Amino acid sequence: MTRHTPAPRAFDPRPPEPERDKAIAETDKALAEILRPRQHRAEVVFALASFAIAVWLATQWSAQTTWFEGQRAGRQPGLWPLIAIIGMLTFGAGALIACLLRNRQAAGESALPEVVLWARTAEYLGWFLAYVLIVPWAGYLPATLIFCTALAFRLGYRGGMLWLAPVLGVAVVVLFKGFLSVRIPGGALYELFPRAIRNFLVLYL
Amino acid sequence: MDILLAALATLARWDVIAALLVGSIGGVMIGAIPGVGPAVAIAILLPATFGMDPLVGLTLLLGIYGSSLYGGSIPAILINTPGTAVNALTTYDGYPMTQAGQAPRALGLAFGASFVGGMIAVIVLILFTPVLARVAPMFGSREIFLAALLGCILVVVAHRGQALAAGALLFFGIFIHTVGMEANRYTMRFTFDQPWLTQGIDLIVVVLGLFALSQAFILLTEPERAGKVPKLQGSVARSFLEVFRYKRTAATGAGCGTVMGIIPGVGEFVSQFLSYTFARSRSKTPEKFGRGAPEGLVASESANNSVPPAAMVPLLALGIPGEELTAMMLTVFYVHNVIPGPALFQNNMDFVIALYLCLAILNILALLFLLSATRPLLRVLAVPSRFLGIVILTLSFVGIYSLRNSVIDCMVAGAFGLLGVMLKRLNLPTVPIILGIVLGGIMEERLRTSLPRIRSAWDWVDRPVSQIIVALIALVLALHVWGLWKEWKGRRHGQGPH
Repeated sequence: MTRHTPAPRAFDPRPPEPERDKAIAETDKALAEILRPRQHRAEVVFALASFAIAVWLATQWSAQTTWFEGQRAGRQPGLWPLIAIIGMLTFGAGALIACLLRNRQAAGESALPEVVLWARTAEYLGWFLAYVLIVPWAGYLPATLIFCTALAFRLGYRGGMLWLAPVLGVAVVVLFKGFLSVRIPGGALYELFPRAIRNFLVLYL
Repeated sequence: MDILLAALATLARWDVIAALLVGSIGGVMIGAIPGVGPAVAIAILLPATFGMDPLVGLTLLLGIYGSSLYGGSIPAILINTPGTAVNALTTYDGYPMTQAGQAPRALGLAFGASFVGGMIAVIVLILFTPVLARVAPMFGSREIFLAALLGCILVVVAHRGQALAAGALLFFGIFIHTVGMEANRYTMRFTFDQPWLTQGIDLIVVVLGLFALSQAFILLTEPERAGKVPKLQGSVARSFLEVFRYKRTAATGAGCGTVMGIIPGVGEFVSQFLSYTFARSRSKTPEKFGRGAPEGLVASESANNSVPPAAMVPLLALGIPGEELTAMMLTVFYVHNVIPGPALFQNNMDFVIALYLCLAILNILALLFLLSATRPLLRVLAVPSRFLGIVILTLSFVGIYSLRNSVIDCMVAGAFGLLGVMLKRLNLPTVPIILGIVLGGIMEERLRTSLPRIRSAWDWVDRPVSQIIVALIALVLALHVWGLWKEWKGRRHGQGPH
């Protein structure tokens, strides 16, 4: 009796089927996360606020737009605000309901930290608006120098990075006002300088 | 041939060449810095180009638009952080390759795939331009209205799982467009007797708020991202040629990007997902995708870089932008007195070809810059993120204030900045707002001009082009409803959404 020896199987570098399927499923899941980003619990706050704004705009529509008698709807000045508000209300209501349903399913996480973070960004909006208000008074270069340095200090930069902040300010002013000639008027403070210097400051800084 | 020569003559100017150089190199650098991106850069630079010659200003911003995706792949591959949002898929295979000690190979492949994708798209479009020149005049007011409507629908349905929020934001954008004095009967709309609202809310102010200020606020609020320059050992230039081993994947990616780029509201994300999933389905080793598969990297990079040239088609031929960057480019065209639309193709074909040639040249410039200067370029990754926030805030001021020297514009932009922070933190899209503003304006104007020819609903579909667009609208809606129904059915059977 001859013993039959099976022929050796060719080497297959691919992982076995279950492992391959698992790897493919993991990539699928990761791709789905990019396509459909994770929803945050605080979205309900946003959805509620935007829906409330849409309702308020709807109440203002007749007072804030004009509707001419006897004109076709397509020619009415009030048509497109009406379409926009109806769309905001319809989609906004749908989004709000969907948020509420999602939040009910995923209880536990609080929306408050996220809302606090939104409020914290208001500080930097304040910095920005202060900068905007200082420019017409102090002039573009001095205001930018003060803004960059003070904000860098507020953010905790010391040493080299703190010195880099005013350099950044000068570079931005020289590039945009000096070279690209963007329209930013001179500051009221420039009026205190002699005429020749004042003209230079108004034109280039 | 004459048109091609005329286009080349248009570009043969030192200031245009300088703009191409600055735009392409600047775009790569901006793309390489996580947290900046082309939208922020274009929004900031837009007002600075107002004083330039139209072609110079357009070339500069086109350079940033077209080359930023090249740079975006660098942090995606080296530090697992996409430089621009559309490089997210690059991290999937690029970063595992870096972890396996193949960073130069991954970078070379990404640059090569981007180059192939970009060049194929430009060549296809140059060859396709005579056809476009014949088709574009078939678009009257009705067809452009319907095309804009299709763009609105596509931008909503393209946000799967967020279609309701995207719809609400799109209509919010349309509402923003309506604020101010309307141009037909000169009546006020939602001005609340405030003189500063009479002129309406400027698109650039909204763009700068939503993209630039919001990004600055986020960078300033979030913890500092440690700036560390990654080390790169080996030749990137040598690996660049390896892309030709995956020529079928690169060509398919470029095809997906070109087709998807032409469709308004779809853009880079969908094109690279299509390209990636197609490449995986054709691969002998699909399990390697997401774990350092060179084909995956080639598929995503070739697809996303072929979108910018393709996205110029609806913009130039019909004046309809497909996403936020082309919406900004539309503003650039208007500011420089170049009105995109069918007439542009009929009367200024050399200008259109010149723009395509610009895109081809900037692809070459971006690639040459990257192959020679990747290592020094890595230093931009070391910029501390909060310091970057100060830079963006300072530059945003120039962009907003130089428009009309208005403090109120800055306040409005600040408000949109806060809105942008909320949207970005909640993973909600900002694009529908921008497209709502632009497409809302187009639809209102085109509806009004097409009304004299409309007696009944059938008049909307009495021409072949409008019939095709209406059929496309019906198809998109039907597919979306079918997708929702399938998802609902899947949930009911406890399978969860796919």
